[in-house]
Amino acid sequence: MTPLLSLQSVSKRFRGLVAVDAVSFDVAPGELFAIIGPNGAGKTTLFNMIAGAIAPDQGLINFAGESIGGLPPDTVCRRGIGRTFQIVRPFPALSVEDNVVIGALLHSRDVVRARESTRDLLRRLDLFGQRHRIAGTLTLPDRKRLEVARALATEPKLLLLDEVMAGLRPTESDRMVAILRALNREEELTIVLIEHVMRAVMALASSVLVLDHGIAIAQGQPEAIVRDPAVVQSYLGANLVERI
Amino acid sequence: MAAETVTKTTAHRADRLARLAASVFGDVSPRAMILLGVLLAVLLMAPWLVNDYLLTILIVVLYFAFTGQAWNIMMGFAGQLSLGHAIYAGIGGYIAAVLFARFGIAPWLGLLAAMPIAAVCGAIIGFLAFRFRVAGVYFAILTIAFAEFARIGFDHMDFVNASAGLFLPVTQYAHNDLWHLRGNPTMFYYVILAAAAFVFVLCRTLLKSRIGYCWLAIREDEQAARAVGIDSFRYKMAAVMISAAITSFAGVFYAFFYNNLFPEQVFNISRSIEMILGPIIGGIGTLFGPILGAFVLTGLAEGLNTALVGLGFDLPGAKQVFYGVCLLLVVIALPDGVWPWLARLIGLQERSQ
Repeated sequence: MTPLLSLQSVSKRFRGLVAVDAVSFDVAPGELFAIIGPNGAGKTTLFNMIAGAIAPDQGLINFAGESIGGLPPDTVCRRGIGRTFQIVRPFPALSVEDNVVIGALLHSRDVVRARESTRDLLRRLDLFGQRHRIAGTLTLPDRKRLEVARALATEPKLLLLDEVMAGLRPTESDRMVAILRALNREEELTIVLIEHVMRAVMALASSVLVLDHGIAIAQGQPEAIVRDPAVVQSYLGANLVERI
Repeated sequence: MAAETVTKTTAHRADRLARLAASVFGDVSPRAMILLGVLLAVLLMAPWLVNDYLLTILIVVLYFAFTGQAWNIMMGFAGQLSLGHAIYAGIGGYIAAVLFARFGIAPWLGLLAAMPIAAVCGAIIGFLAFRFRVAGVYFAILTIAFAEFARIGFDHMDFVNASAGLFLPVTQYAHNDLWHLRGNPTMFYYVILAAAAFVFVLCRTLLKSRIGYCWLAIREDEQAARAVGIDSFRYKMAAVMISAAITSFAGVFYAFFYNNLFPEQVFNISRSIEMILGPIIGGIGTLFGPILGAFVLTGLAEGLNTALVGLGFDLPGAKQVFYGVCLLLVVIALPDGVWPWLARLIGLQERSQ
C-alpha cells in the first residue's frame, strides 16, 4: 500500500546542533505510529517539520502523494494534517465549544453549522458537559482532550499527537488510549504520536520508531522494539523491559 | 415556470435575509435588546432634551465610540496593537476635505475615495509588519512611525496647504445640507449616531461570523490558529484594512464638523491615543466596551471641565490628567475594562470574548 506519510532522509540542524539527522520512515493509511526516544532526541522537531511549523534543511516529506516539506502550517493543515502541541495551547479566553468551532470552520463557512458539527466531537472527548467553560480554566487532562478535539474538528486524514498522555494519571491516560483507539478503528484515522508513556505506546501502536540524538536507531513492532538492545541501552533501561 | 423561479429566488432571498437577521440579532438576550433599544431611543431624542453645548459633547462621545469600535476590530478582535490610527482618520479627512474644498465634490463621494485609500494605507503597514514578522510592541512602533511620516509629509504638501492648514468654506446655511455635510450640530449628531450604530452592528456581525472567529483565534494564539488551518496573514490584513477604512469615515466627519485640518493636529499621536482610551477603559475585545468607554471618558472629562470652569478654575491639561487617572484606576481595579464588570452586574454577558 502507498504510504500516507513518507519521510526520506529528513534533516534539521540548529546552528551546530543536528536535531534530526537523515530520518526516514513511512506511515501507512490507518496506522497508529508511535515515535519514542529520550528528551532532546528530536521528536518534536520532527513533528514541527511535518506540520510545517519549521522547514526541513534536507530531505523530502510527502503526504498523500504530494510534497509538503517547507509548506506553511496552515497549508499543511488544509491538506489534512491535524496536530496537538506538547505544551498545550488552546485559545485560553474562548469557550471550549468555540475552540472546537474554530477548528470546524476550516471546512464549514457557516458558524451555526460548524457549531452543530462540534457536538459529536465534544461528546466523544468527554467535553460536552463543559462546552461553555472558558478553555483557560480547564484542568490539564481536559485541555489535552480539547486540543485533540480542536485538531479533529479540522477533519484531518492524519493526526499528530505530541505527548498527549504526559501529565495524565493512569486512568486518564487509559481513557485517552480508548478514545484514540476508537478514532483509529472507527474513523480509520491515521495517527502518529510522540509518547513517553510506554504503557500507552504498547497498548496503541502498530509500529514504533525510536529516535536518539536525532537518529532513527530502530523501527518495528512494539514487542520487538522493547527487546532491541540499542533501544534498551539508550532509552528504556533494562528493568523496564523486565516490567513489561 | 418563470414565475415559479422568481418566487423561488424571492423566497430563497427572504430566507437568506431572515437567516442573516437571525445570525445578527438572534442570540441577543431580550434584556440586552431592551437596554439597547432604550439607549438608542434616548440618543435619538437627545437633540430635544439637551442644549447645544451638551449636544456637542455627545457628538464627541459618539465620535470616540465610533473610532473606538474601529480600533477594537484590530486590537480587540485580531490582537494587533495599533498606536497610529490617527493616520487613517487624517487621510480620510484630508481626502474628503480637499475634494470638497477644491472641486466641490460631496463628502459622501469623497468617502468612496477615502475608504479604499485608507485601506490601502493600512494594507501597506500591515504587509510590512505581517510579512516580515514585526509583531507586538514593534508593530505598535511601526504604526506610530507611519502616522509620523504622514504628519511630516502633509506638513510639506502644498496641495493641502501644508502646515498652514486646510479650511473648508463656511457660510451661513439656511437649511441642513446632508449631502454636503453642511449644517447645524443636530445634523452632525444624527450622522455620527447613525455611523456609530452602524459600526456596532457591523462589528457584531463580523465577530459572530467566520472571520471573527479566525481573528479571535489569532489574537489568542497565532501558532495554534495556523495549526488549525487559519491563514493568519490574510486575516490580519483583513483586520487592518477594515479597521482603517472604517476609521477614515471618522476623519471625514471630523473635517466637516470642525471645518479645518492641520497636519500637526490630525496626525498627532495624541489623536491616536485618544481613540484607544475608550476601548481600553470600556473593555478591549468586547462589543459594547468602546461605546461605554467613550461615554465614561468624554462624559466625565467634560463634566470635570465644566465643574472646574464653574468653580472659577482654568486649568489647561486637566482633561489629560483626568484621562491618566481613569486609565490608572481601570488598569488597577478592572483590567478587563468597565463593561465586562458592568455586564455581570446587570446580568448581561457577552459570551467568550
